[in-house]
Amino acid sequence: MGGLSHYLERSGLPTTQISLIRLHTEKIRPPRALWVPFELGRPLGAPGDPALQRRVLLAALALLAAPAGPVLKDFPEEAPTAAAEPGVWACPISLPQAEEDLDQAGRLRQAFVREVAQMSTWYQEALQQRGRTTYGVSGLGPLAVADFLASLLEGRAPDNPRPGLSLPGLAKLASEDLKAFYLEAVTAQPGGETDSARLTDWFFGQTVAGRVLLRLRGVLAASDDPEARMVGKLLMVPVSQAARKARG
Amino acid sequence: MARLENLPPALASHLAQLPCPEFATTPWAQAPPLQQARVAIVSTAGLHRREDAPFTGFSGEYRVIPGDAQAADLVMSHISTNFDRSGFQRDWNLVFPLDRLRELAAEGTIASLADFHYSFMGATDPAQMEGPAAEVAGLLQKDRVNAVLLVPV
Repeated sequence: MGGLSHYLERSGLPTTQISLIRLHTEKIRPPRALWVPFELGRPLGAPGDPALQRRVLLAALALLAAPAGPVLKDFPEEAPTAAAEPGVWACPISLPQAEEDLDQAGRLRQAFVREVAQMSTWYQEALQQRGRTTYGVSGLGPLAVADFLASLLEGRAPDNPRPGLSLPGLAKLASEDLKAFYLEAVTAQPGGETDSARLTDWFFGQTVAGRVLLRLRGVLAASDDPEARMVGKLLMVPVSQAARKARG
Repeated sequence: MARLENLPPALASHLAQLPCPEFATTPWAQAPPLQQARVAIVSTAGLHRREDAPFTGFSGEYRVIPGDAQAADLVMSHISTNFDRSGFQRDWNLVFPLDRLRELAAEGTIASLADFHYSFMGATDPAQMEGPAAEVAGLLQKDRVNAVLLVPV
């Protein structure tokens, strides 16, 4: 981000930026930067909090009045924290059966497809509530995403439904669509969880979809194809879930 | 939370050791008073219109986001798995604060908004973005933009 500030300002364009990682901004020394103490992925503070977003925005824009730089200022507010109840949050729909069942041939795929279908009701609810979805980067529908990822996991090279993309590249996009589908769905439930860490723990710890991605990580990481290896090692499962075993 | 000490240790260590581009000096362009500012957003969240090609590599390419874009138009194909996307799923302004900027323009706090905004994919080596950024700078100037808001993810 800071590099872009240099490149644009060098062309005569005044820039101001939000900074999420202060250490990087200290090193790069862009002309004007507002460091915010928010989590990665939330540069304006909190979803559905226009007042906080406005304060962040005005603080970043105010740096344009500085007479000289570089300027690095800290935003003085923390993001509001959800009043999460202690313990592991569980989604109130019936998710998978005993893990050992999923090791039998075909069971994981069956459970996966069933789970995707089950989440679909809440996904439709999310669409209605928000009037939008971030699902769709793979170009495949939810059941096609499930089928594609299950086929990769079973070691069958599926036909590539997006010839402009490599299979590992499509696997990455399909994995992001899968997560978007589940998270949009589950957060549309009454009292839907908002804490990102708990949502990630739920997805990778309690859903068949999470197990599929954990298993697929290992399959791709062991591939002969360098792109598949990179997707498996780095781009399928977040670092916060890396220690999770590809169980079930 | 974006304090490194609050991140998973492996991620904090990775981010702390990430090579940053080095610049001997910091360029400086004088900004107009805010009330005269025509503002564009440049995001590194890997955002693009649903019908555009997703980001799949590290070439420094960018996508154009028309000024009349609505929340339903944008998706995100940033390559990293290590940041929250659930906030963006609930509210696009969390990452791309176009509604907030529209409000500031409507009330006269800023003069106007650009006809076009831009998005890069932030996991790219910044050196790869230098050429495309010069191209974007030319487009912003033709759009009479005189203040750029850069938003990471």
